[in-house]
Amino acid sequence: MSDAVLDRLAVRFAELLPAGAVITDPVRLRTYECDGLTLHRAMPGIVVLPETAEQVAAVVRLCGEYDVPFVARGSGTGLSGGALPRTDGVLIVTSRMRRILEIDMPNRRAVVEPGVTNLAITEAVREQGYYYAPDPSSQQVCSIGGNVAENAGGAHCLKYGFTVNHILGLEIVTPDGEIVELSALDPGYDLLGAFVGSEGTLGIATKITVRLSRAPEAVTTLLAAFGSIEGGGAAVSAIIAAGIVPAAIEMMDALAVEAAEAAVGCAYPEGAGAVLIVELDGPRAEVEHQFTAVERICRETGAFEIRVAASTEERAAIWKGRKSAFAAVGRISPAYIVQDGVVPRTALPEVLAGIDRLQEEYGIRVANVFHAGDGNLHPLVLFDDAAPGEGERAATVSGRILDLCIEHGGSITGEHGVGVDKSRYMPKMFTEEDLDTMQLVRCAFDPRSLSNPGKVFPTPRLCGEVPGVRKGVHPLVESGRAEQF
Amino acid sequence: MNGATGPGAALAAAGVTIRPAGPDDAVAGVTPRWVAFPETTREIAAVMRVSAAHDLAVVVAGAGTTLHWGRPPERCDMLIDTCRLNEILEHEAGDLVVRVQAGVPVETLAEALAAKRQELALDPPLEGGTVGGLLAAGLAGPRALRYGTARDLLIGITVVLADGTIAKAGGKVVKNVAGYDLGKLFTGSYGTLGVIADATFRLHPLPTARAWVVWPGAAPDEVLAVVPAVTASQAEPSAVELDRPAPDGPCAVAVLVEGAAAAERAQAVRDLLGEKARVADEPPRWWGRLPEPGHPGPGPSSEPGGRPGEGGVLVEIRTVPSRLPGLFAGALARTDAAVRGSLASAVLRVALPAETDPAAAAALVSALRAELADAGRVVVLSAPEPVARRVDTWGHVGGLALMRRIKDRFDPDRRMSPGRFVGGI
Repeated sequence: MSDAVLDRLAVRFAELLPAGAVITDPVRLRTYECDGLTLHRAMPGIVVLPETAEQVAAVVRLCGEYDVPFVARGSGTGLSGGALPRTDGVLIVTSRMRRILEIDMPNRRAVVEPGVTNLAITEAVREQGYYYAPDPSSQQVCSIGGNVAENAGGAHCLKYGFTVNHILGLEIVTPDGEIVELSALDPGYDLLGAFVGSEGTLGIATKITVRLSRAPEAVTTLLAAFGSIEGGGAAVSAIIAAGIVPAAIEMMDALAVEAAEAAVGCAYPEGAGAVLIVELDGPRAEVEHQFTAVERICRETGAFEIRVAASTEERAAIWKGRKSAFAAVGRISPAYIVQDGVVPRTALPEVLAGIDRLQEEYGIRVANVFHAGDGNLHPLVLFDDAAPGEGERAATVSGRILDLCIEHGGSITGEHGVGVDKSRYMPKMFTEEDLDTMQLVRCAFDPRSLSNPGKVFPTPRLCGEVPGVRKGVHPLVESGRAEQF
Repeated sequence: MNGATGPGAALAAAGVTIRPAGPDDAVAGVTPRWVAFPETTREIAAVMRVSAAHDLAVVVAGAGTTLHWGRPPERCDMLIDTCRLNEILEHEAGDLVVRVQAGVPVETLAEALAAKRQELALDPPLEGGTVGGLLAAGLAGPRALRYGTARDLLIGITVVLADGTIAKAGGKVVKNVAGYDLGKLFTGSYGTLGVIADATFRLHPLPTARAWVVWPGAAPDEVLAVVPAVTASQAEPSAVELDRPAPDGPCAVAVLVEGAAAAERAQAVRDLLGEKARVADEPPRWWGRLPEPGHPGPGPSSEPGGRPGEGGVLVEIRTVPSRLPGLFAGALARTDAAVRGSLASAVLRVALPAETDPAAAAALVSALRAELADAGRVVVLSAPEPVARRVDTWGHVGGLALMRRIKDRFDPDRRMSPGRFVGGI
């Protein structure tokens, strides 16, 4: 895209947006050159800060007129580069769309603009005894619009599900620049479900209706320390086998605990090979039943210390180490890669053993933090970026962990998204036919591929392009290994 | 019609079981030419490739429990019967995940899962259906309040497109955001995007106990006055259901709680409902079933070979809880229709007998839509042709233009259940 086109576009934007809503100054543009995945950077061509859906639509239509790609950005906390700007494109930032438009307690829903933070919704209804359930770790700053784009999860999605399970309606601006209302009430295809998690490739959400959940009567948080990761894993399996669905089951290995201790002094039990955090919530009588069972299971599987939070403060103290884990590894390593893979829960022991072998093979340390209940691993691959070759080795280990996840029937991303970071892994998880079929959805929404191009899919076909002669069944399906993707 | 070079011969050569269709195979009055019985995903693909080569319109049927829903297909040459796609492919109990072929009966799956003290937490309001049919029709039951609907529990899907392409999305882990969620698009798509070959679901442990709090003989306004407190209760009901057999008689409400402490929690719900309510360990007879229209003489549901509700008018209302009192005092008070549904999720189904005057049925649908306006949707799930001709089956559909574009991409020749779905898709 020539600078001249962007210059003309900036002038047109200035005509329709409020003062100060068009940024072209390179110093200010730099603020937006990456999201939470700082490894990938690109200076946006233009940044716009619209205040209304109509302004977003007008910006998108102008992008279409000039054939310029656009990328939407909320708070920029994403960890897969989903909001990585285009140097030849426009970055549409929703930070000025921060109003909570309606809180409808009788119908347990709220209508908000995309720039509202996740936590702000809960704060707005907490006094009435309600909350917004999905709780990504970045919830204090991440935007609900970004949550919709990424189908954000969080520690409590084991029991309560993901963003897509809590969105009741959307107003979107399509890649054509049309404003369309989608409601969970509508008959027809579940466009709402298809849009959530599409990582900005199907348009931009400008108004979001979320479900509000009743706060549970009781919450109990328990921390159990085990000599080894195997002990913690056995406890998780036994809890699930007992028919208990905790609100959250989190596990950290010794290295992750060491980092958290160095960073926030969480005072987890000394000498723990693994720390398990189990949170139970619901009706008080139910939680009491479950707590008795969970405590017994932890002792039977070899926990050497169990702590129970008796107050909100104590609960926060237990969570402190876990919630700080990502940043905390910065205390024990100059650099690190945050990985986000998923495996079937029963494959956890094998995959963790595989990660151990990778550590030895490459001489790279990996701190393991994971949502153990749903098999979502967040291995933190530690390296020294000043040591020659170490960054490359760390990247290799990180990629091989994803291979392990795929081999065991898992996924390359549980909640951080594919973005720009993992698009090259998509063909390992999906066949060409799978990806072509997903592309049909993309082409229906965005035939010119202007909305966040280059994300999610590796070099997709053009929408007019007819796929080649079908080769029939993928060899992996034929050999009966279809589920191994 | 089944000559040596025709579709029948081509399918026979591919090893797919096929037979000529008869009047009993009709889909909403449209009789296909062949019925195919694929046993594997590859056989579905073979059927689809042959159908593509011969420009055949395809309709998919499971057990046929909802085959009369939606509009009749504009044409139907090939009926794909999924009854031989009847394998539970994978059930790893420790992962709380199951992968099943589309033709597996819902009850068969439930039995297999119960053996491991697990369940697929869907309770479709019709007996005898298949997993694929449940998905394609997007059927939900009372417990959607706690567990969500089919789209919330589906985590992976394999589909065969109109041209025979086999594609999958999602996977066999619950937490997974890689790629577009095609499962969402296929759920509730009435067979218009392709054939669902198999599906992978998130499971739940079977609750150790269940209790129902039942309040028979209540007036709708009495019930609706206390429902908000029940819904908001920290006893966390799994379902709050209403049965109103007729406008002038009493209605019944039943609340389900599930878990080890079900008895204790049921008591808390009873305290909210009042002393006329009773705690029971069995659901009331009407629980989780479609409404049965009251009518003189033998009804369609008792005809031999007839399916429940077939022949009558069945309407679904989806709205928000705050609009329910208005509906019950308004349009629903002025109709003979039987009403059942979920008060907490504000999904009601309304049934009129087959002999209902078509003009009256159409007037009811219009009145419901007028009363709800933007706050709800009214869909005619099934209706005899004289009624169907007079009403807009689907009502307002947000995003219809986008839906048409999706259909055009997936099925450019309009051969998958043409005309059955919203906007004539």
